[in-house]
Amino acid sequence: MYNSPYLRQNTSVRRVMVTVLVAMLPAIAVQVWLFGIGLLLQIALASATALACEAAMLSMRRRPVARALGDGSALVTAWLIAVCLPPLLPWWMIVIGTSFAIIIGKHLYGGLGQNPFNPAMLAYCVLIISFPALMSQWPGLQGSDPATQLHWVLGGERALDAVTGATPLDALRTGLLGNADVSAVMQSAAFGHVAGAGWEWVALAWGAGGLLLLALRIITWHIPVAFLGAMALVSGVAWLIDPSHYASPAFHLLAGGTMLGAFFIATDPVSGATTPRGKLIFAAGIALIAWLIRAFGAYPDGIAFAVLLLNICVPLIDIKTQPPVFGHKVEPPDGGAR
Amino acid sequence: MNLEERTAYGDIGRKGLWENNTALVQLLGLCPLLAVSNTLVNAVSLSLATVLVMALASGAVAALRTLIPYEIRIPVFILIIAALVTCLDLAFNAWLHELYLVLGIFIPLIVTNCIVLARVEAFAAKNSPLAAAWDGAAMGVGLLWVLALLGSARELIGAGTLFSGIDMIIPGAQAFRLLGDDYPGLLIAILPPGAFILLGLLIAARNAWVARATATRPTAPHAPADAASA
Repeated sequence: MYNSPYLRQNTSVRRVMVTVLVAMLPAIAVQVWLFGIGLLLQIALASATALACEAAMLSMRRRPVARALGDGSALVTAWLIAVCLPPLLPWWMIVIGTSFAIIIGKHLYGGLGQNPFNPAMLAYCVLIISFPALMSQWPGLQGSDPATQLHWVLGGERALDAVTGATPLDALRTGLLGNADVSAVMQSAAFGHVAGAGWEWVALAWGAGGLLLLALRIITWHIPVAFLGAMALVSGVAWLIDPSHYASPAFHLLAGGTMLGAFFIATDPVSGATTPRGKLIFAAGIALIAWLIRAFGAYPDGIAFAVLLLNICVPLIDIKTQPPVFGHKVEPPDGGAR
Repeated sequence: MNLEERTAYGDIGRKGLWENNTALVQLLGLCPLLAVSNTLVNAVSLSLATVLVMALASGAVAALRTLIPYEIRIPVFILIIAALVTCLDLAFNAWLHELYLVLGIFIPLIVTNCIVLARVEAFAAKNSPLAAAWDGAAMGVGLLWVLALLGSARELIGAGTLFSGIDMIIPGAQAFRLLGDDYPGLLIAILPPGAFILLGLLIAARNAWVARATATRPTAPHAPADAASA
């Protein structure tokens, strides 16, 4: 996509993917600390499913299995799916989501590098559309003992009181629907300092992992900055107009999947925009739609839907934002051949 | 019916059912295809209605084709189709009232279904009534089997049942619960995205089948593209 000079970079898919996995570790650690070991079970299950589906699809497509399996891209997809789902889902939901992401989201479009949609977000959307009730059951913060968690993951009878702790975004939506105003809702137990008890720490850990990716030049600054900037801008304007109906920008930046989305989801090099200006438009578009879904939509968090919607726009964004060839002053009218 | 005619009729049938299948090859009439294929009963009943309309409309237009002025043929075709669909709509309302409530707007919408008009314009307006009625029926049955397959897949994956709503047609009949009572149901299969995904998989399966068939029989002549598919 970029114009010349085409510098050879000493990097590989494998190195990028392994770095992303490492950068995810702080947030995973925080989530395990907050919600218990269910997340680790989920990661193991998603990884196994992803590798099995990847191997099966590669051999059906008569591609070299070992090399593509070793690049780690399936693992990144699996981990992203595992961290964005509520922990302690029954095992078959993880299997359905992950195999949908790898088989339909990735390989039916041509495998790594060809998929127009972010596979992890596809899995999330399939699951939240299909099982909205189970998908909103986040475990309570105090956690439960590992044996009970294992029992739930294996599909055992669920004691709903112990499992259900509404996410801050859920609690906010429910409260606003009940005509409470934002400050009243924020008094409830689900909310900590800014964005829900514990959730700020998860968000900060995602931010830290994201800064590591930035420092190692796995991602560029464009997408996170445009994402967080646009999110702060739209939520800030709404908050200034009517603080009793719209949550503060700080809440929106730290709640739900904002940080995860800004640093790890929207920065997917395959399904995201590739030109510098395109990345700004792409990320700002995601933030705007995600905020609209949070504020006016039927689902509590809209990052996944927003990412998929902007994924469809990527070919258009890339064509329209193609940088001019070095030495040319005017862009060709059609944006240039690719 | 001599041999030549018989091959011609066989050809029409094969085109309608497979080679030029409305749903899998021409991709026409996707609106009802996607909207009512959420259960097997809905899918089959609407496509049976479409088969009936297509056969009758094609036959009627072919019988009247020398009388219809060329310049205003499309409005006349639509009037004929609309008259037939209205009869069908009233019949559904009278005898299958519950099903009528479920299918709702999609029965009247058969008038605007582009497959019906496409076959009338491309085939019936140029052929004998019998051949035209056969073509309409074959094209309709081509839609029917795809819709039945899609409907049963969506119903099975989405709810774990087959033939749910059969009691609207045969009072007292029971739906099959194939996947057990505690099957949670993959709701997306019943929602519109599921229709698109499963139809895409069916088209891919057909393409793979055709590719394999042509690869093993390289001497097989390619069927000439039917002008009607345009």
